[in-house]
Amino acid sequence: MAKKTAAAKRVGMEVSIAVSYAVQLARAEAIAAYPITPQTHIVEHLSSLVANGELDAEFVNVESEHSAISTCIGMSAAGARTYTATSSQGLALMNEILYIVSAMRFPIVMTVANRALSAPLSIWNDHSDIMGARDIGWIQVFVENGQEAFDHSVMAFKIAENHEVLLPIIVNLDGFILSHVVEALEMVDQATVDKFLPPYVPLHRLDPRNPVTMGAFALPEIYTEVKMNHQVTLTKSYDHILKVWDEWGKLTGRQYHPVERYRTEDAKILLLIMGSLAEVAEIAVDEMRDQGLPVGLLKLRMWRPFPFKDLRDAVNGAELLIVCDRALSLGGVGGPVMSEVRSALYPMAQKPATLGYIIGLGGRDVNPGNIKDIVARAQQEASQGPQEEFHLYGVRG
Amino acid sequence: MAEVTKLIHKYLRHEKKFPHVWCPGCGNGIVLGALIRAIDRTGFTKDEIVLVSGIGCSGRLSVYVDFNTLHTTHGRALTFATGVKLANPKLQVIVVMGDGDATAIGGNHFIHAARRNLNLTAIIINNNIYGMTGGQYSPTTPYGAISATSLYGNLEHAFSIAELAVTAGAAWVGRSTVYHATHLDQLMEQAIVKRGFAVVEVISHCHTLYGRKNKLGGPVEMMEWQKQVAVKIEKARTMTPEELEGKITIGVLTDRDLPIYTQELRRVREAARVALGEKSSQ
Ligand SMILES: Cc1ncc(C[n+]2csc(CCOP(=O)(O)OP(=O)(O)O)c2C)c(N)n1
Ligand code: SF4
Repeated sequence: MAKKTAAAKRVGMEVSIAVSYAVQLARAEAIAAYPITPQTHIVEHLSSLVANGELDAEFVNVESEHSAISTCIGMSAAGARTYTATSSQGLALMNEILYIVSAMRFPIVMTVANRALSAPLSIWNDHSDIMGARDIGWIQVFVENGQEAFDHSVMAFKIAENHEVLLPIIVNLDGFILSHVVEALEMVDQATVDKFLPPYVPLHRLDPRNPVTMGAFALPEIYTEVKMNHQVTLTKSYDHILKVWDEWGKLTGRQYHPVERYRTEDAKILLLIMGSLAEVAEIAVDEMRDQGLPVGLLKLRMWRPFPFKDLRDAVNGAELLIVCDRALSLGGVGGPVMSEVRSALYPMAQKPATLGYIIGLGGRDVNPGNIKDIVARAQQEASQGPQEEFHLYGVRG
Repeated sequence: MAEVTKLIHKYLRHEKKFPHVWCPGCGNGIVLGALIRAIDRTGFTKDEIVLVSGIGCSGRLSVYVDFNTLHTTHGRALTFATGVKLANPKLQVIVVMGDGDATAIGGNHFIHAARRNLNLTAIIINNNIYGMTGGQYSPTTPYGAISATSLYGNLEHAFSIAELAVTAGAAWVGRSTVYHATHLDQLMEQAIVKRGFAVVEVISHCHTLYGRKNKLGGPVEMMEWQKQVAVKIEKARTMTPEELEGKITIGVLTDRDLPIYTQELRRVREAARVALGEKSSQ
């Protein structure tokens, strides 16, 4: 672990509560949300912190997620540091507005407690909600445990609000598996966060002394250029994200990377996973390494902007890459992450064979044994040549 | 087994869906019983009924009964039901929603369904809270009440669902409580046979969340409260606004014959056909 400079105290806490403390430490000024399992504890706790004066912010529990994110636009347009959280159906209901948030460059921070989409109705974890919002133009990161959830919830504000960025961010954390567990976490104190994260200075805001027009109409002559501007800004936000992560790393000793590597030295076989299942995969990787298998694990933390170079560097030298998706792109190539990873690697002269396994849909448990089984199957498949586009692992016929 | 229990059992999906998820003592069970008794009295067969529900503790109701059922999404039950009714007007469509379902996330659909006047029955279980998600304030949580998102008191003012339905143009609106179970049976029966958009607001209790947080006691105490505050509408009409403070009027708030959307559509279509026929024969 890197050397750290900040004072830290270790406490046992439910991850949702830790996220709400992160939002408090970040001094969020305006919060609008609608309850949905498993996001509820974050917002409930924030509502209490606001009501009892511990957090000097506005809070409203509006009548739907569509209203929540729309209200957030208003809050951000008026110049407030704005936060919301949702999950699953709630994120889907926000969809219309999500594109508007990013295109109008409102640096709103949102936690998504990832949960499966209906139908059938499921309250359990997978990534189908966020994969439906893949192209909304927000920065998107995934976390693996409670500590990361806390850290990224603070850092998100600093990334989003930079004037070179001014883009909204989603911090994805697995519903229940993370949101509802109690973990030992290292909190950071207010003085440290205050030094790290200065007050939000909006570049543009609704101000009667300096009127501006927001949400204007675009003719065909300009629409494409606006999209290009958004694309360039989102791609370039990469540099700034890394800067913020480095700064946090120096402060806390916890250094984050777009693609995290676990025991990848000399690995011929690589697993790639996003979110909390990476910790399960670590156990499997340890066991396989003990048996002499040259296997390692990549954890894709930065989903948008997509870290092309980091990914290409990370797979260099591997012969087989097994991408484990937590969502299904129906009627397509199977896993959305596998599809993007494979196309990102396509230009490489020497690239690993990439196979896709879809796991843990709608809360289906995945244990280290399953991961080992997937590696064994993938090895066999790789030696015979891929039989199918992807595998829905463990599905009953 | 008591006759009334036998009757209810005739309509339940025993093998598949039990035990149910509701807390012991929840008002939802009484609503389920009342609905079954009402449907039984109307004489509709199980297959003529379509029970549509939203998402919430109340939304689970459709899962337990042996009708055609459609468990939809949070807030959209009335829109699914609108589609069912338009595509097959012969079906008797009953929609069960929570207060959040009907007046928060689905509030827009609720007022427009009332205005459009399809032949639908809407049953809204008003327990003053979002039950399923753990007790956050809803549009019917009273001002000052404690909830998971208003630990120091709710700042917003509550809707009166039945009055809202009247104003939005519903053909028939009634309100009762789960304490007044027999009265509730009667209202539900009337609402189902009524031609037009009919709304029953059921004052219920969520003792587990709303009751506990607001120190209102268990199901028994909360039903005692329903008994105390309920005033029959006929009597309420003779009372002053001061006397009605804190009371809940129960009974039929409105019953009017309004043109039904499907009939109107037929009328317009026929008129258009005649007009077009005249034109082409000219
Ligand atoms: C789009 C969407 N947002 C939020 C939710 C989460 N949710 C499920 S039920 C519910 C509220 C339930 O309250 P109510 O409708 O009053 O019914 P009750 O549970 O009290 O019977 C909420 C917010 C959801 N399912 N879908
Ligand atoms: S939480 Fe409340 S509404 Fe839901 S079943 Fe329990 S008592 Fe009923």
